[in-house]
Amino acid sequence: MADALLRVERLSVALPTRTGYHKAVDDLSFAVDAGEVMGIAGESGSGKTITALSLFGLLPHGARVTGSIQLDGTELTAMTSKQLRAIRGRQIAMVSQDPATSLHPILPIGTQLTEHMRHHLGVSKPEARSRAADLLATVRIPDPERALRSYAGQFSGGMRQRIAIAVALAAEPRLLVADEPTTALDVTVQAGILRLLDRLCRERGLAVIVITHDLGVMSATAGRLCVMYAGRLAEAGPTAELLTRPRHPYTRGLLDALPHPEAAGAALVPIGGSVPSLGRVPDGCPFHPRCRYARPSCATDRPEPGPVAPAHLLACPPDPLRAAS
Amino acid sequence: MSQARGRRRLRPAAPPALRRPLALAGLAVIGAWAVIAIFAPLVAPDNPLAQKFTILAGPSAGHWFGTDELGRDVFSRVLFGARITLPLAVILILAAMIIGSVIGGVAGYFGGWVDNVLMRLADLVFAFPGIILALAIAAALGPQLRNAVIAVVVVSWPSYARLVRSLVLSARSAQYVVASRLLGASGVRILFTDIRPNAAGPVLVLAALDIGNAVLLLSGLSFLGLGAQPPTAEWGAMVAEGALNFNDWWVGLFPGLAILTVVLAFNFIGDALRDLLDPRTARAVRATGTRLWPMRCCGSSG
Amino acid sequence: MSEPVLQLSAIAVEYRRGGQRVRAVDGVDLTVARGEIIGLVGESGCGKSTLARAAVGLEPLAAGRVTFEGRDVPHLGRRRRPAYLRGLQMVFQDPYESLNPRRTIGELIADGDRLAGGTRRDGLRHAAELLERVGLPATAVDSYPHEFSGGQRQRIAIARTLATQPSCLIADEPISALDASAQAQIANLLSELVDDADLGLVLVSHDLSVVRQVADRVAVMYLGRIVEIGDTDTVWASPRHPYTEALVAAIPRADGAGVLPVDLPGDVPDPASPPAGCRFHPRCPIVQDSCRELDQQLAPVAGREIACHVRSRSAAPAR
Repeated sequence: MADALLRVERLSVALPTRTGYHKAVDDLSFAVDAGEVMGIAGESGSGKTITALSLFGLLPHGARVTGSIQLDGTELTAMTSKQLRAIRGRQIAMVSQDPATSLHPILPIGTQLTEHMRHHLGVSKPEARSRAADLLATVRIPDPERALRSYAGQFSGGMRQRIAIAVALAAEPRLLVADEPTTALDVTVQAGILRLLDRLCRERGLAVIVITHDLGVMSATAGRLCVMYAGRLAEAGPTAELLTRPRHPYTRGLLDALPHPEAAGAALVPIGGSVPSLGRVPDGCPFHPRCRYARPSCATDRPEPGPVAPAHLLACPPDPLRAAS
Repeated sequence: MSQARGRRRLRPAAPPALRRPLALAGLAVIGAWAVIAIFAPLVAPDNPLAQKFTILAGPSAGHWFGTDELGRDVFSRVLFGARITLPLAVILILAAMIIGSVIGGVAGYFGGWVDNVLMRLADLVFAFPGIILALAIAAALGPQLRNAVIAVVVVSWPSYARLVRSLVLSARSAQYVVASRLLGASGVRILFTDIRPNAAGPVLVLAALDIGNAVLLLSGLSFLGLGAQPPTAEWGAMVAEGALNFNDWWVGLFPGLAILTVVLAFNFIGDALRDLLDPRTARAVRATGTRLWPMRCCGSSG
Repeated sequence: MSEPVLQLSAIAVEYRRGGQRVRAVDGVDLTVARGEIIGLVGESGCGKSTLARAAVGLEPLAAGRVTFEGRDVPHLGRRRRPAYLRGLQMVFQDPYESLNPRRTIGELIADGDRLAGGTRRDGLRHAAELLERVGLPATAVDSYPHEFSGGQRQRIAIARTLATQPSCLIADEPISALDASAQAQIANLLSELVDDADLGLVLVSHDLSVVRQVADRVAVMYLGRIVEIGDTDTVWASPRHPYTEALVAAIPRADGAGVLPVDLPGDVPDPASPPAGCRFHPRCPIVQDSCRELDQQLAPVAGREIACHVRSRSAAPAR
């Protein structure tokens, strides 16, 4: 896809630990177009948050990045901090999990929105204020004028997340990265936020990357999905296909672990074992110790993502025994 | 459960407390003084009370620290002085720690009027500068070493009480305490089995840092004539004599240096203990001690 | 199902907020029998955690009473908890806070026995057995909590409550702080224990899907009241209270169909000033004029009880 808005190629991020450098993200590639929602799924320890941070150049001190991150053709990994600062907020923006910490507790909402706008867009104060009110109306905050004068603490969790989204959109970015945007919210509130993200994406041609472990959220919002495990790509492709016909044993395991409408009353089926921590990733396929279908070669041969169907990548060697799901 | 294996390449950026030269020096100094205190009669060249030498002779080969105005060997007196100061300071701090901890624990756990009464008592003591109050108490009880010790204990216990009270207050609402209460544990049991292990650390740190204070207070009282009485060789009293014989600098300097080294040594040890018990650096210390950093603590869950 | 082991009658719990008295729980009846799992679900501010705490005696009651095995459950003031309540225990949400970091696992679990008068040796031996019961190695008795993951710690916390041979457990969001795998494991463990030991379990959770999988009955709370209660399958398959419907419709399904969940407009009202009449009426899609005046009361409809007079055709005079 030559006109992808964001193109990540062979991204690897190595983090310093007590036992040396270890890869938190290992040879990851994906692309996102304008107007589409792409999901990055994985449990904690999968490297999904580090991936998000690397898009912003906000990695922990000492991190080593290899590979390429191109935003509309511009290489982000080669940028200086000054250049990155100009990009953050203006071209890409982030909404993170905890609205309590992403909004400033002491500045009025209006100030948080207008300052951001004026810094990046250079508009006048009255203009910024009027745009801020419009933004709050877009994210369905009641009584926007009053909200501009209010403080973060006066709003509920769901409202704060909407405001955080408004702040993220203030400088009119082209890509929005939402890291577990609804995990801390009640389910009805989550539904509202998901609908909002969907609408914003359609109305503004925004590209959105949703990062979450919740496959239900993925199913509802993301058109395409990347499943990550221990820093590597396990499977990627259209969400509908991955969730109905998962090819990678890990994806299948994640789906099986979910409560099933038909199997109510039966025990839940968790994936045995646990996610390997940084530096303890097994050789060969990182999932093989927990994999039902593991063969001897899985312990030594590292699977590379390869196409199994149009736009469907799989990092797992073909096996006729488990062809059907 | 994590079995810590892994390569022994550690990041040099994390300084473990045990490697701190100051703490080791402190331990060495205290160790040396302890040995001296125990073996003083064997190590000291002369009887500390024998007044048979040349009066006010400067340091020489025969008398490393010179002699005082009564013809006693200062070196021997300094060595014997350790036998008084060190054990008394330790006993003193232990007493203050125990009394203060019990009072603070009871006040913090039971609250209400008990808490009020006990803390007002502590406030009463806090209202006075330590040395002044100790002075008054020692003077009232009579000029004796035993009374000086009592005076310093009275002055010292409130710090422990306040510390333990605040530790207990914060621990009281901790979920593991609530869990114990649901199992049927009584207040006393919770204080001893659940709260004490968590409070012990900070209290020990306070004690280590406080010993230096105790030594100073005790010596101060002796200096003022309210502690050790002549002819006992006690460092504070010796410094007092030194003040009277200012030109003969060796009489006061060496006992003063003895006090200094002990107080500094305890301070260094106390600092290291505090770092050791700070949860953030504690893991770093344990890591260098017996096993490496357990990787599980780096944020995986499940 | 046997006779009730835990009974909550007309429970109300208040707290003070800036001089005002706010009811976090306002008139709840609940019965738990041995061998049954009751799921208590609801969103933030519904009072389910407060209710759970009141059920074990950790909250003073403003009204009503809690009965355990026929005896009153008093508020746990300063005094030691009475011995007859040993069988009523709680599993807390945060596995990182509910275990004393400075005590070994063995000691923590042995507390159950020792507080009942047993010896330390017996307690430790029992602790080893209980650890295996919850799926951890017996050698863990000598380890400290920080050596374990969140899911493992939660098992230890459960083992600790088992040491008292409880007949009723209240689990307050026991899996929310855990990873997806651990959530399933702990939910399964609790389910097994209920079957093996014939325990009554109240499972408080905001995760409807897990409750749905594991609970026999489910109670849905909104703003301090139960709005629907009945067998899990019945309630889930065809919810009758508009709020339960909204909850179920809001859950995104991982079926790849790309269907956005339905959202429920509005916000949860401030519990200090609940809406007049039916508390849900400002957000209710089937609201009628009478809803603004008539309060809700649970009434049976289609095999469960709901607090909605429109759907259950039973009106109660305004309180």
